[in-house]
Amino acid sequence: MSQIIEYSEKVMDHFNNPRNVGEIENASGIGTVGNAKCGDIMRIYLEIDENRIIKDCKFKTFGCGAAVATSSMATELIKGKSVEEALKLTNKAVQEALGGLPAVKVHCSLLAEEAVYAALWDYAKKNNLQMEGLRPPVDDIEEREEFSEKLYEKSGE
Amino acid sequence: MSRLIYLDNAATTRVKDEVYEAMQPYFKELYGNPSSIYRFAGESKKAIENARAVVADFLNAKPEEIYFTGSGSESDNWALKAAAFANREKGKHIITSTIEHHAILHTCEYLEKIGFEITYVDVDENGVIKLDELKAAVRKDTILITVMFANNEIGTIQPIKEIGELAHKNGILFHTDAVQAYGHERIDVEELNIDLLSASGHKINGPKGIGILYIRNSAKIGSFIHGGAQERGRRAGTHNTPGIIGFGKATEIAERELEKRREYESGLRDYLIDRVLTKIPYTRLNGHRSRRLSNNANFSFRFIEGESLLILLDQKDIAASSGSACTSGSLDPSHVLLAIGLPHEIAHGSLRLTLSDETTKEELDYVIDELKKIVERLRNMSPLYEDFIKKA
Repeated sequence: MSQIIEYSEKVMDHFNNPRNVGEIENASGIGTVGNAKCGDIMRIYLEIDENRIIKDCKFKTFGCGAAVATSSMATELIKGKSVEEALKLTNKAVQEALGGLPAVKVHCSLLAEEAVYAALWDYAKKNNLQMEGLRPPVDDIEEREEFSEKLYEKSGE
Repeated sequence: MSRLIYLDNAATTRVKDEVYEAMQPYFKELYGNPSSIYRFAGESKKAIENARAVVADFLNAKPEEIYFTGSGSESDNWALKAAAFANREKGKHIITSTIEHHAILHTCEYLEKIGFEITYVDVDENGVIKLDELKAAVRKDTILITVMFANNEIGTIQPIKEIGELAHKNGILFHTDAVQAYGHERIDVEELNIDLLSASGHKINGPKGIGILYIRNSAKIGSFIHGGAQERGRRAGTHNTPGIIGFGKATEIAERELEKRREYESGLRDYLIDRVLTKIPYTRLNGHRSRRLSNNANFSFRFIEGESLLILLDQKDIAASSGSACTSGSLDPSHVLLAIGLPHEIAHGSLRLTLSDETTKEELDYVIDELKKIVERLRNMSPLYEDFIKKA
């Protein structure tokens, strides 16, 4: 058990005031990546119009400060962009936009990139589209351990 | 509220005024090296021996069985490495538990590397060592059993008396890491059959940089730091006089206030546990409900992650800690929470709040309110919570 890591001001800003938190009903594409074992799960929702522009983008994240900040920044970076432009999003761009990440948190930016890809993959699949540079997401979310609800039996309400 | 609400007393504590004052003369006035022979140094030597006697008395040990060290971790290292070395002809087997502090676990890993065999005995869902497995682990060549007195994360107190009996019946040395329990629990090394015991000053409102190792006279283990006659030649290095005086004073206060303090803290602890479990849904208490340190509460909040929780609490001037991976600098959450059978997801969402005798009910009410808001906020952005709600 130990200390809170040093985050840049930008990271703290995105953690404290995350942009685009939420869900999109009937989203054009949804991607969920990460696993609870490592302590990070990100989900990104995309609303894409007929011109293949990302009109709206929302996220939900289970994870540390950097996980929240990188998903928030990733949604900011792709909102209003075409799917082709969004496909070019890299974890490096997310990191740079956040003013850098502590070394132990770089994997969070990779996960944010992966979440965007997964949502785009879902969109392409639903619409039977071929997109250059689109790869299937690394989906290890199924590794989730099963556990009994009994663990919370003693809880309140 | 702008004043810091410090609920991380298992990490370290504030030095008591009485302790601070007792230490003062030994920095600038009575700075003589206690090993020198002139009268000026004699004052320091006397004060050190007085502190040693206070500690010995608290443990029901003899003064010459108390050795001052630089920290609890040093004491643990000394106990394990020296006990292993001293008994290497007799056997190579050491028994410990899966929930020890890293000062024990990493020392065990080191001993494994140089040829010792370690058995890690499991704990039950409350973090209590499985005594039947411990018994079954004893071999002819077992030379040492080391089990912590109370766990630093979940506060569970171990059945030390039973372990001590088992060790002695089999002629095995028994060490206990009592860093969290010393000063909070009554410890009688005779009654409990303890041969070696580690404790630390800064966990009991004493200074940092000072620890003790109790070594029973009959436990023949060698010195850890060579180079001088201090501590009967077993722990060289000029005495940390102010630290030792502080440790002695902190022990004296702990001894004097123990029952009163325990009653006060456990009352607040139970209040905190009850309120959190009733006010915040999908929350569990980690560790034994009653057989736990009087100042320890450890929760898991489902669907959220500990580091986020800590940052938001910090912004409300609440200092706490978590067993989440993100706060440990590794990818794995606390080994203690995994050992009591929690899945990773729940271990990541843990929060440890450790109180002191200065903690007030008003502070806890504020913490409970803020905690409820923060947990809700994080759940609202958690995909795990979203899935759970949709399934329900």
